[in-house]
Amino acid sequence: MLKLINISKNYNPGSVNEICLFQNFNFTVEDGAFVSVVGSNGSGKTSMLNLICGSIGTDYGSIMVNNEDITRQKGYIRHRRIGRVYQDPAKGTCPSMTILENMSLADNKGKPFHLGRGVSKGKIEDYKVLLRSLNLGLEDKMNIQVGSLSGGQRQALALLMASMTPIDFLILDEHTAALDPKTAERIMELTEYIVSEKHITTIMVTHNLRYAVEYGSRLVMMHEGKIILDESGEKKKLIQTGEIMDLFNKISVECGN
Amino acid sequence: MALLLSVLEQGMIYGILALGVYITYKILDFPDLTVDGSFPFGAALSVRMIGEWGLPAVLTLPAAFFGGVLVGMCTGIIHVKLKVRDLLSGIVMMTGLYTINLWVAGTGYVPIFNKETIFDNEMVNSIVPSYLFQFKNVVIIFLITMAAKYLLDWYLRTKSGFLLRAVGDNDTLVTSLGVDKGLVKIVGLSIANGLVSLSGCLYAQQQRSFEISIGTGAVAIGLASVIIGTSLLRKITLIRVTSSVIIGSIIYKACIALAMYAGVSANAIKLITAVLFLIILVIGMDKKRR
Repeated sequence: MLKLINISKNYNPGSVNEICLFQNFNFTVEDGAFVSVVGSNGSGKTSMLNLICGSIGTDYGSIMVNNEDITRQKGYIRHRRIGRVYQDPAKGTCPSMTILENMSLADNKGKPFHLGRGVSKGKIEDYKVLLRSLNLGLEDKMNIQVGSLSGGQRQALALLMASMTPIDFLILDEHTAALDPKTAERIMELTEYIVSEKHITTIMVTHNLRYAVEYGSRLVMMHEGKIILDESGEKKKLIQTGEIMDLFNKISVECGN
Repeated sequence: MALLLSVLEQGMIYGILALGVYITYKILDFPDLTVDGSFPFGAALSVRMIGEWGLPAVLTLPAAFFGGVLVGMCTGIIHVKLKVRDLLSGIVMMTGLYTINLWVAGTGYVPIFNKETIFDNEMVNSIVPSYLFQFKNVVIIFLITMAAKYLLDWYLRTKSGFLLRAVGDNDTLVTSLGVDKGLVKIVGLSIANGLVSLSGCLYAQQQRSFEISIGTGAVAIGLASVIIGTSLLRKITLIRVTSSVIIGSIIYKACIALAMYAGVSANAIKLITAVLFLIILVIGMDKKRR
């Protein structure tokens, strides 16, 4: 279980540009939940993910994972049990390395400076099976550089790499935003497949309200560093995209957007 | 013949330096100016060991390499832990190393004419027949260069090597993999400067002297070699990039030798180097744009 307890975070403290992003912010994610997070720009969605992953620090409050306080833990250590997929497909893979080498990198997550062979020959077949599950034909292109793949292919690979090893959380940061609608749809199907297959606790930030409504077991809407809507279970299933859109428009008018 | 051998010898010696620059410039994307200090550092260490301490020349090779590793580690720590920008970390180290090199060598110019070197010692002289003496240096340099190249090739194919390649390409991914990207950078800089220092060690013994100014422009020579090698030979897929870099260094040295052969004064060499480097950079950028 992930808990953000009484988090406060100010950007540019002490300057004229000081922005209070979170004030006594609380957020809990139960094990196995698939949480979709929506909200306008600047509402704190990505900052929340950055706080969880350790990319930015907290001013006050604590972050607990399975009752362990990770607030002061370095980002790279937290990532050993977190898989993260970014909006930019280039961020989740290494463009100058081959698909096989990328898969091998991901397979060795958290094991630094090992002088063993970079690609274990015995694992190649396993990687092929995993790639085949993407249904993009990547299993036949294992020795080509990832930089030559399309954005969708790279994002699918990034998703696979992020969830290859056992992880506690999968963090999806607008991971379909840079893709065309058809590819985005395919990536969402893959996301659901991977999440349900591996039972990974997932937090997905998205601007696509339909995805937020259709996918996941819980829907959260954020506004100015606060949670203004939090529905799960049967209530979440009853939510329509139109309702979310109305609420979204209402808060946008309030903030003058 | 002597000119050709000299080009090959120096080309391969600087080829080892270029392998180091390849790690920082191409893999880590780190403009490391430490090279201008770590190259003479290896040279200073070797002349001190051979000249004053009278140690066997073969020991200078690991000593120079590991000395360079320490130098690179310092650059890495300044950059990663003290959060000094990459270029400035190199400048700090390069400046400091000037004095350290003078301390290590003793003075700004140290000849080792009457001493045994890696190229001229009892063992080598007893193995090599006298009629092949002129090829002695080039063969020894070739063997050491190939050893450095194959060891680097091997390292880059290990799991640790994969991380090194990944950190320059996409350091966000390295963090996502649960690895401290700063530590990977420090390891990369250490190996790179170890190679550069090894190159300096060979250079001093080939020249049979140490001169404090040999480091000036070393990074430019390394960069030029890397760019020549990787852009001229990139279409030949059978050649590994490390080989291309060494060949690039030989081509670069050949160009300089031709310029000198054509009558260009030795004093103008640095200027020629700078102009040649600029041309290579512009051609390289032009190719990228296309």
